[in-house]
Amino acid sequence: MTEEQKLEQFQARIDAEEKIEPKDWMPEEYRKALIRQMSQHAHSEVIGMQPEGNWALRAPTLRAKKILLAKIQDEGGHGLYLYSATETLGIDRDTMIEQLHEGKAKYSSVFNYPTLNWADIGAIGWLVDGAAIVNQISLQRTSFGSYSRAMIRICKEESFHQRQGYEIMTTMMNGTPEQKEMAQDAMNRWWAPALMMFGPPDNDSAHSKQSLKWKIKRESNDVLRQRFIDKTIDQAHFIGLEIPDKNIRFNKETEHWETSPLDWNEFKQVINGNGPCNHQRLNHHIKYHNEGNWVREAALAFAENEMKLETTTN
Amino acid sequence: MNTKDAVYNFCLRMADNNLISGQRLTEWCSRGPILEEDLAMTNLALDLFGQAESFFDYAASLNGNVKSADDLAFLRSERQYYNNLLVEQPNGDFAVTMMKQFLFSAFQKLMYEALTESNDDTIKGISTKALKEAKYHFRHSSEWVIRLGKGTKESHERVQLAINELWRFTTDMFEMNATDEELISTGISANLETIYGKWNFVVGEILKEATLAIPDAAKIIKGGCNGMHTEHLGHILTEMQYLQRAYPGATW
Amino acid sequence: MDNKQNQLPLWEVFIQGKNGNPHRHAGSIHASDKNMALQNARDIYTRRGEGRSIWVVKSDNIIASTLDEEGEFFDTTDDKVYRHPTFYKVPEGVKNM
Repeated sequence: MTEEQKLEQFQARIDAEEKIEPKDWMPEEYRKALIRQMSQHAHSEVIGMQPEGNWALRAPTLRAKKILLAKIQDEGGHGLYLYSATETLGIDRDTMIEQLHEGKAKYSSVFNYPTLNWADIGAIGWLVDGAAIVNQISLQRTSFGSYSRAMIRICKEESFHQRQGYEIMTTMMNGTPEQKEMAQDAMNRWWAPALMMFGPPDNDSAHSKQSLKWKIKRESNDVLRQRFIDKTIDQAHFIGLEIPDKNIRFNKETEHWETSPLDWNEFKQVINGNGPCNHQRLNHHIKYHNEGNWVREAALAFAENEMKLETTTN
Repeated sequence: MNTKDAVYNFCLRMADNNLISGQRLTEWCSRGPILEEDLAMTNLALDLFGQAESFFDYAASLNGNVKSADDLAFLRSERQYYNNLLVEQPNGDFAVTMMKQFLFSAFQKLMYEALTESNDDTIKGISTKALKEAKYHFRHSSEWVIRLGKGTKESHERVQLAINELWRFTTDMFEMNATDEELISTGISANLETIYGKWNFVVGEILKEATLAIPDAAKIIKGGCNGMHTEHLGHILTEMQYLQRAYPGATW
Repeated sequence: MDNKQNQLPLWEVFIQGKNGNPHRHAGSIHASDKNMALQNARDIYTRRGEGRSIWVVKSDNIIASTLDEEGEFFDTTDDKVYRHPTFYKVPEGVKNM
């Protein structure tokens, strides 16, 4: 079979909604696109542990402590599921981590903003995880089998994240004036970064078209973003939070909320390493990965010795 | 001391041990040597917070002046905390943390085993559930101690240094006061001297397998059960209690 | 130093959800030895009570068929309809067979 025929057959499988499995033939570009998107997704989960971890030691009640810790653990777990799924494409986890450390692999720019008060934990759960889940629900139908299975598992587990975030915001909006102020402050800071999580507008999105054709992505950035906006504005108003955008307006004809254009220049700056926490996040990851070196070496040396012992005693 | 006060004090001691130990483990969040271990340590911390909450809940139910478990966790000061000194020690490297976890979980496992025979039904109930968790914690940490002890030259040195540093705080876990006297006589808690004997054996076996030497340190530092601590506890509480202290009366 | 020298090996994880059910593939983890592999699998894949038994096996030890082999491996059973009970006629009136 010629390359062209293989490609045609591949596209036919995609069009017929078949799942592509790791050992199946796939165009090199498809493999690369998946590795790029999936490893970025995995790194985002793992780097996302940091801004929330910033409050793990300061959670205000025992209940909040347990919930936050379980949630951060889920982020780590989801990173792990995604690394596993990406490894089926023939790249190992250490290579992905190396690419992250060298700046060749990205992670979601939203995690380059700081968590400054307790309501930020609410805002991350409600807005950031809320945005992520809109995207992830759509990705459950992605064409690559390992990715799709990871997404199904992740969506199942993440369903509590958004609720707990909204619960924090609700409690704070029903609380003291200081608490309300914290909640609105968090809302003001996380709104735009959360909307930017869906990526640049469809016309400017570098990888979008091909990804949609191969059904790596199922819906466009703008479609997903609008879905999130429509859901979230009502939820904000319901608990008395203001949307930090004076131009929001409900369009009765389209039945969609309209919002101001986002500052994509800032987005590009943050993606390229110039956000408030880029250096902190990456350096943290590098530092603790390297500090784990001696532990991993010890574990490997131990396993090797035990193996030798087992073979000599057998 | 009457039995009710003794049970109250004892529950605080058990809860404080779990809470402070869990707080220290939480410091590892996003810092583990591999992602899998990061999640494993979070699981340990979550178990410990759950145990802390159970003991706090019971303590709060015994004292009319205490509104909730959260008041006990977030509104007491250093001298009112009764955790042992070992759990408040800084994490150091992974070897120190795992050694601390090992020494503590061996104690917890034996303690809960004894408490499954308690005459107090609530303590018995909490301990029966907690024992399963403590067994897993002991297994997890002792395997790491062995791995590090027999891993590389570097890991062996680090984990030996860890026990050299921590050993001095271990007798404090077994110190007894009037609370224990009352609870031993009523069959509610165990004699810590008996537990100490078992602990020495269990810990010794693992250390031997890990090819680690038991340090020859003077063991005179104690006071945790009477609210006498090292300087570290104050900082742990400052961070942990920040929101409750800064915004009194707020609901979270 | 080169990170790749100390990446722990990959293991596949199979979880039995309920007594009597088969073990099903859940995903993979990294671990240096079998004890660690079991515990990591437990800590990662059974956080919500999903399991009561776990198998782990080094990923290297799994041999998988490929899509290229799909035809010769599996299509060949398509015409063996006599392996299915619906292939057979049972006289009317005979129940529960």
